[in-house]
Amino acid sequence: MKVLIPTPLRSYTGERHEVEATGPTLGAILEDLDRRFPGMRFRMIDEQDAIRRHIRIFVNGDQVRSLRTPLRAADEVLIVQALSGG
Amino acid sequence: MTTKVSAPGAATGPVRLLVATRKGAFILKSDPARRSWKTTGPKFLGHAAHHCVLDPRDRRTLLLAARTGHLGPTVFRSLDMGRTWKEAARPPAFPKAAEGQKGRVLDHVFWLTPGLASEPGAWYAGSSPQGLFRSEDGGVSWAPVSGLNDHPMLAKWTGGEQDGTPDGPKLHSVLIDPRDARHLYVGMSSGGVFESRDQGKNWQPLNAGCLADFLPTPYPEYGQDPHCVRLHPLAPDILYQQNHCGIYRMARPEDRWVRIGASMPKKVGDIGFPMVLHPRDPDTAWTFPMDGGTVWPRTSPGGRPAVYGTRNAGRTWQRLAAGLPAGQAWLTVKRQAMCADLHNPVGIYFGTTNGEIWASRNEGAKWACIVRHLPHVYAVEAVELRA
Repeated sequence: MKVLIPTPLRSYTGERHEVEATGPTLGAILEDLDRRFPGMRFRMIDEQDAIRRHIRIFVNGDQVRSLRTPLRAADEVLIVQALSGG
Repeated sequence: MTTKVSAPGAATGPVRLLVATRKGAFILKSDPARRSWKTTGPKFLGHAAHHCVLDPRDRRTLLLAARTGHLGPTVFRSLDMGRTWKEAARPPAFPKAAEGQKGRVLDHVFWLTPGLASEPGAWYAGSSPQGLFRSEDGGVSWAPVSGLNDHPMLAKWTGGEQDGTPDGPKLHSVLIDPRDARHLYVGMSSGGVFESRDQGKNWQPLNAGCLADFLPTPYPEYGQDPHCVRLHPLAPDILYQQNHCGIYRMARPEDRWVRIGASMPKKVGDIGFPMVLHPRDPDTAWTFPMDGGTVWPRTSPGGRPAVYGTRNAGRTWQRLAAGLPAGQAWLTVKRQAMCADLHNPVGIYFGTTNGEIWASRNEGAKWACIVRHLPHVYAVEAVELRA
């Protein structure tokens, strides 16, 4: 399925803003991304499997908060970094 | 155990300053006389760089502790003195907790310490919240030091999140006895100074004599707030610390801290963050006092910045302010942002939260600002490219 990558994470994807990943759940998709782009998952997901504070993940426009969220091949995953601070 | 370690000669070549800032890392390069400086960088612009350290075993490898404000923490490695960088394959992280239990989450890597020459590839990392990690492959992969991170007393030693610094509670000052790679010290803010003699399997508090005026018991076994702890590389039984409650020195086997800051001028006080030692003389040290009164402004007392140095193990202190602003200069220097080189006379350097780097080529006798307008400086490390 299509995964849209935010600017701060594009150093992992060779500056590509859109990549393909496969898996039955959001967690599996992120694992797949990490296999192809090592280190990327830990910048988004902490060691307790929580989505980091400033990361938002949307599936077909709806925000999801659990790595167990089931996905279908036609879904579109959008990863967003919420900006704050100075 | 012998007291001294054989002394290397003074360095004579150019110095590089590894400057870690809230917005990236910079490298300043000097000429051999240390009179002129050239700034390169930024590296990782926009990343919070907490510490950049050279591996003295090859004088080429750099490790950088970084966190991109909104992304997770990591460590970057350079094998060519900062020209190219690669992220650690397995950066420091706490173990995943069992289902239904609350696990700890690493906010950022704060401190990096290379291992001894006898342990090629070994590095230690201290983190926020307090955690200790070890790499045995040059910083590519990291594992928790569970003897500390899972110690049943850790929560009591460190208190809670509210007991940390404004940037979060930290483990810092990872020190290795140069005579024995198994003999480690760490500082925890809060928590105190702790010691292991078996490479991190077991730990003991080392805080006797050190005040904690913010606790019900003023001299507790643990719970103090060391800001920066240093071990003298040639006389490793001598430790200094700039603590939240003063400047201390310990000369082992007397396992008791002595408040050498008591001899500082009363109007200046002995509160600050960094602590710097002369590389060859264990009786000489420098600090950068800051205002720890009332609500803790953490700025130069009276707006008159000065380094204070002692040459007699803290019995007396000398104000070293020539060349520094005479007034209306409210500088803050963080605990990793002051260091010394290995030259003779020793060069001393400090970086400020308003982005200035100040240098003295003569052990503090005269100061000059060598760069300004950098981001908020977190850490400054002086390195020599040749002995």
